[in-house]
Amino acid sequence: MLSIKNLQAQIEDKQILKGLNLEVKPGEIHAIMGPNGAGKSTLASVLSGREEYEVTGGSVEFDGKDILELDPHERAGEGLFLAFQYPVEIPGVSTTNFMKAAVNEVRKYRGQEELTAVDFLKMMKEKMKTVDMPQDLINRSLNEGFSGGEKKRNEIFQMAMLEPKLCVLDETDSGLDIDALRIVANGVNQYKSKDNAFIVITHYQRLLDYIVPDFVHVLHDGKIVKSGTKELALELEEKGYDWIKEEVAQ
Amino acid sequence: MNGEASSPVNGIRQEAFKAFEGMEFPTIKHEEWKFTNVQKLVKNHYSFSQETKLSADEVSNAFIEGIEGDRIVFINGIFSEEHSSISASGLTVKSLAQAFKENKDVVEAHFGQESNLEESTFAKANTALSKDGIFIHVPKGKAIEKPISLYFLSDAKNEAIATTPRNLIVAEENSQVTVIEVFKTIGENQSLANNVTEISVANHAIVDYYKVQNEASQASIIDCTKVIQGKESHFTGTTISLKGDIIRNNLDITLDGEHLDSYMHGLYLLDGTTHVDNHTAVDHKYPNCHSNELYKGIVDDKSRGVFNGKIFVRQDAQKTNAFQNNRNIVLSDDAKVNTKPQLEIWADDVSCSHGCTIGQMDEEALFYLQARGISKTRSKAMLMNAFAGEVVEKIKVEGLRTYIETLIEERLHA
Amino acid sequence: MKEAEEKELLEEVTGSEYKYGFTSDIEEDRAPNGLNEDIIRFISAKKEEPEWLLEWRLKAYRHWLTLEEPEWANVTYPKVDFQALCYYAAPKKQKEVKSLDEIDPELLKTFEKLGIPLNEQKRLSGVPVAVDAVIDSVSVATTFKETLAEKGIIFCSMSEAIKDHPELVRQYLGKVVPVADNYYAALNSAVFSDGSFCYIPKGVRCPMELSTYFRINAANTGQFERTLIVADESSYVSYLEGCTAPQRDENQLHAAVVEILAMENAEVKYSTVQNWYPGDSEGKGGIYNFVTKRGICAGDNSKISWTQVETGSAVTWKYPSCILKGDNSVGEFYSVAVTNNHQQADTGTKMIHIGKNTKSRIVSKGISAGVSQNSYRGEVKVMKGATNAKNFSQCDSLLMGDKCGAHTFPYINVENSTGQVEHEATTSKIGEDQLFYCNQRGIDTERAVELIVNGFSKEVLNQLPMEFAVEAQKLLAISLEGSVG
Repeated sequence: MLSIKNLQAQIEDKQILKGLNLEVKPGEIHAIMGPNGAGKSTLASVLSGREEYEVTGGSVEFDGKDILELDPHERAGEGLFLAFQYPVEIPGVSTTNFMKAAVNEVRKYRGQEELTAVDFLKMMKEKMKTVDMPQDLINRSLNEGFSGGEKKRNEIFQMAMLEPKLCVLDETDSGLDIDALRIVANGVNQYKSKDNAFIVITHYQRLLDYIVPDFVHVLHDGKIVKSGTKELALELEEKGYDWIKEEVAQ
Repeated sequence: MNGEASSPVNGIRQEAFKAFEGMEFPTIKHEEWKFTNVQKLVKNHYSFSQETKLSADEVSNAFIEGIEGDRIVFINGIFSEEHSSISASGLTVKSLAQAFKENKDVVEAHFGQESNLEESTFAKANTALSKDGIFIHVPKGKAIEKPISLYFLSDAKNEAIATTPRNLIVAEENSQVTVIEVFKTIGENQSLANNVTEISVANHAIVDYYKVQNEASQASIIDCTKVIQGKESHFTGTTISLKGDIIRNNLDITLDGEHLDSYMHGLYLLDGTTHVDNHTAVDHKYPNCHSNELYKGIVDDKSRGVFNGKIFVRQDAQKTNAFQNNRNIVLSDDAKVNTKPQLEIWADDVSCSHGCTIGQMDEEALFYLQARGISKTRSKAMLMNAFAGEVVEKIKVEGLRTYIETLIEERLHA
Repeated sequence: MKEAEEKELLEEVTGSEYKYGFTSDIEEDRAPNGLNEDIIRFISAKKEEPEWLLEWRLKAYRHWLTLEEPEWANVTYPKVDFQALCYYAAPKKQKEVKSLDEIDPELLKTFEKLGIPLNEQKRLSGVPVAVDAVIDSVSVATTFKETLAEKGIIFCSMSEAIKDHPELVRQYLGKVVPVADNYYAALNSAVFSDGSFCYIPKGVRCPMELSTYFRINAANTGQFERTLIVADESSYVSYLEGCTAPQRDENQLHAAVVEILAMENAEVKYSTVQNWYPGDSEGKGGIYNFVTKRGICAGDNSKISWTQVETGSAVTWKYPSCILKGDNSVGEFYSVAVTNNHQQADTGTKMIHIGKNTKSRIVSKGISAGVSQNSYRGEVKVMKGATNAKNFSQCDSLLMGDKCGAHTFPYINVENSTGQVEHEATTSKIGEDQLFYCNQRGIDTERAVELIVNGFSKEVLNQLPMEFAVEAQKLLAISLEGSVG
């Protein structure tokens, strides 16, 4: 589904990704961990097409298409979803309105008919349940005055609405208390299927107790330096990242 | 109090008493104390932190039922191991005096935060006189799911009592903890709690702190709570004030990192001659932070509610979201509310709002309910409940929420 | 690429330029430039006015001479040379117009370009709107007059009203905005040439929206129209006003006065979509829009509601206000003000609470882009006798880019302790982050800006009658095109 080969990227002349390789198949969950500044968020930004980042080498194929050529909204249309680390607030635009615009634009892109208001509301009601999204939150301006947990819940709700093939969760666990973490993880687990895939970027292991990864990769200095299974995450939590750095240095 | 000078309690009591009497406490000419006259409090003669014993019944009567988790008890400002239960694993809960000896590194790293507000004489007095308090340390990555309840009991059965608890709560990176603080006076004499609590919320940590102030009508609290938050952390401070003589709360939060959330919730539901003064300050020092403050008050009889909320947005703190709201209902002609929102903004890309209202009961709504056959008292209670509900429903600890709801219900039907 | 193609493409790309910037070739009748008592006598004579009105005008003029041009507003512009202006320019007078066929076809074309539904036939299928059109200060056509007359509603040009209903005009003119009120109001009183007049009799609910379209056409003219709306006891009217002007290099002055009286239990809703020529992207040309609008809730339980969407003009200086004199009366002000390029706007409202249980609500949304300056200036005053007065004010600013400015100047004076005054203010920016977030959800940038701006303005747009709301939404998007990204 996603094939990243030797990806190199920089921001303001600073090289962040230095030859990253990753293969993601449908039905898989990949966790990417690593110390601060390893390039975790850069990877999310480059995949979704944030302008400030310049790709200087390598390729990213998504379902056989070169997505680096596409605009951010086209990538979304293709089925790439990014759950933001810091979801932005948009005053005056309710989540409902925002999602209506997004769902229909994405449907247009995919050659599907726009949803009628009734169908849209029906779909929304259904998806709201998966993340315990209260109605009043949906009616309020997008993310405005939301708590950290509510914002993250809203991200997962939007994911469910847009029905993407590949979901990149960028530190979705930050700012979540233990209850909110369970709700968010539950939403993810409900959406997960054999046809879609997840890249879960996190700094801490706790999230992976609830969203169980098939693979855990350690990102260090712009490259994946170690891959393993869930146990690797536990080891990292316990021992920190210094031993990895030492291993790489040897 | 510091590491070395934790001298025997009795030894310095007399000294403390003298020092306290000699201090110059603020008068109403002081801008920050304009509406709260503490002269009668400081002129009183108190016994300082008199060691005493309370029966198991006396102690357990003060407990809030239905709240799970550990209970820590202080009697006249002194940690009571006998009445406390510490079972949660992986965290350190002990008296601060003890921690000064045993957890020197942590305590020294977090004790004595800088203040955004002018340090009041009360806080200074606390620093000079305090002998004990609670120390809670939550290590990195640890989420404590059950709340920790702190009971500060004053035994005023025989004489007027003053206490000066000094507390330190440290939540390390990516940890989570909930703390409930209760002050309760037993006996008929006056009491004064001059409390200082410092809370350090490290990066990614989550701390919920609740204050329940349902004191005896002759008991006063002068509280100062200082919070410092690291990046992407979460702090919620909830202050529920129902009864007491004079209660003054200073809540002072420093937002010392990016992308963090800070909440201040308050409810004061006052009658008799209770006087509650909430002074809050939140200091946005870094970009992309969010603070949200909601204080609501209902004042009846001859009570008085004071609110002063300061928001500082420093020049570097771009993309700050800061909200503040103070709403009041005045039920009687003799009750008073003084509210003063203060926004000081140096950054230019921010979203800030503040609002304050002082109003009477909505007569139209009241009439509407009565027209539907609901009695006037009942209608009034319903409206008051709805008004207070906006704060109460934010209480995440279920047992505490139920308790507060019951107290409000009782008050409204009295 | 061929030159023609290139030109076409360029026009398409820069399609956000002022859409209504055409001039019409209509035969004009105009006064010599300059202002003195003779000019005023000339205007009054042209309009065949009664003696009392001439005296009224002269009184205003004499007072105006004693006044200084105000400078307190947060706007800067080269001073107007009042002697270089023409104070009367009218399409050449035809005989009484009975049907649309008799109107100058060139004029009809003008209206067509403006999208004004002068042709009643076309409108029969839709919601009826009665229109009074004012070009260069002279009312040229009023539609649906007869339908309205059946209900006793008077809706006509001010000139006609002066002739046909002199007693009403004399009774109410200048009662809300006295001739000595302010510099521009005094000027307007001296030289106003036309405007709309509307009277809704007791107990009548006006069955359709009343609408006036204002257009400045002639060069070097000032437009000084005067509108007076009187809603008698228990009546209701919704009134719309739209404005456009041609693109010209020099600045033109528009100094109108609108007066509203609402008697007991009456309600007046006044909506404006102001799209005067804002000047080009370099700040050249554009209208100076210095307007005095005020309503008085004279009777108990009356209500006046102002809604404005301000996208045009080089400089705007305007504070639609409510004097809440009657007990339980209500005043509302809903405003969206957009400034782009070099535009400057200083706008807001005044709510003066005099009666008991009076309520007012202010919702002001300012959107600034380019190098424009957008100020909200609002006063809430609760007088001594105004027990239980309530006010809610909300002022939100949206900034696009970092070269524009938004300013808020709230003034609150409460002289009665039972008063309840609430003020909320927010400032936010449309930034790269918000646009990228929308992009990532599949929404392209242009659509994203539209979504954000309309969302921001929603509360105000909702107040407009349906068809106006759609037009206003489009206008907002057009005014801001190209200001982000």
